[in-house]
Amino acid sequence: MSIKLKALLKSPWVFHLSTGSCNNCDIEILDCLTPRFDVERFGMVLAGSIRHADVLLCTGSVNRKCIPRIKKIYEDAPKPILVVAVGECSLSRGLFIHSYNCPVPLDKIIPVDVYIPGCPPKPEAIIAGVVKAIEKIKANIKNNKQMKK
Amino acid sequence: MILINFIFLGFLLTAVIGLIATWFDRKITARIQYRVGPPLLQPFIDIVKLFGKETLMPEGASKIVFFVSPVLGLISIIIVSTILWNAIINTNKTFLGDLIVVLYFLTIPSLSIILGGFASKNPLASIGASREMKLVIAYELPFILSVLVSVIKSNLSIRIGDIIKYQIAHGSIIGSWSGILSFFVVFFCVQAKLGLVPFDVAEAETELASGALIEYSGVSLAIYRLTKAMMFFVLPFFMIILFCSGQIFVSLGILKFILIYIAIVTLIVIIRNVNPRLRIDQALRFFWGPMTFLSIVATILAMRGL
Repeated sequence: MSIKLKALLKSPWVFHLSTGSCNNCDIEILDCLTPRFDVERFGMVLAGSIRHADVLLCTGSVNRKCIPRIKKIYEDAPKPILVVAVGECSLSRGLFIHSYNCPVPLDKIIPVDVYIPGCPPKPEAIIAGVVKAIEKIKANIKNNKQMKK
Repeated sequence: MILINFIFLGFLLTAVIGLIATWFDRKITARIQYRVGPPLLQPFIDIVKLFGKETLMPEGASKIVFFVSPVLGLISIIIVSTILWNAIINTNKTFLGDLIVVLYFLTIPSLSIILGGFASKNPLASIGASREMKLVIAYELPFILSVLVSVIKSNLSIRIGDIIKYQIAHGSIIGSWSGILSFFVVFFCVQAKLGLVPFDVAEAETELASGALIEYSGVSLAIYRLTKAMMFFVLPFFMIILFCSGQIFVSLGILKFILIYIAIVTLIVIIRNVNPRLRIDQALRFFWGPMTFLSIVATILAMRGL
């Protein structure tokens, strides 16, 4: 594994994007930063700007007004960026599946790497999801190496 | 020789100590909030990671200014730390007026943030940059007035070497009344220069989303963070040279130096953690009111030999 990628996995800075959620997921995300869970142990901090971020954390049912903005934010992000969908709404629109305002789930708009289900997911689930994302990247690199051989 | 000092002492050693100081800051912050905090290598990992990321330029930004300004800040802080290390290593080899050079170069990191913020064509970055500019105007006056105390005490010499030699002969300047007052004022100016919490209006995370640095990514952001980390070492180092360098040329001097440095950083971090953010007008009033008054009093006391 290259040193750049190793560093990336050890300090993922998270940008938190709410695409019209009911705020429950957002509160649970903020819980991860509290003394009980303290994700700064693993180098995770909340970034104020998408330009600083390595992880794009999306919550909420994706409504029509948000779609162009999500695309813009995704394009603004410096690559490599990891997209994490948090909560039932951004996974499958949840409660709002029949709503006129929520045409598609998040992964039809931008590529999503990790899904964290729950309404809202527990902080433990969110941390487990990020760990899974890191393991996924590691596994991908291993597979690529084997493919090359 | 100068080049070796420039690279090894001025850049590498200062960067390593500064990054460790950044870790210390984050760890103490975490302990104050009953958290565990990041591992020791975390600031290094952050910098390496940012060097590996894509560097973007916003559409319509001024390209040259946008990419040159972080480098400008880094180079100026390297020059400052080289001058300070040289003064500590050999007090006779400093040049005339290096104190003034240091004061000028210490302003350039703030200037680079201002230039970068205005160049990035983002409204939030512009607000951050203009606040940073007002903050520079606010703290520069009491800062220079307090530095003047050391100059007056060491028989009006603007060589850093002479200031150190005076303190070796007559004891540290902080031992006198004017020294204590000016140390107190410089302490708050350093807090503002570092952009830490009572005076972090320029990159207020909750309202401006990182302020002037909002459009920076990848290598440029890494350079800004490195500059900030190096300032975390250089500014307390400058304070120690100006006010406490009588302590560091005695037996066990290096140990005393490290202890004083850790004490200053810890105090800065504690002040950062127990205070809310001041508005820019409150910060201006704070620096032009009580701080300037105290530094004028300190200067008058120094003129009287107290």
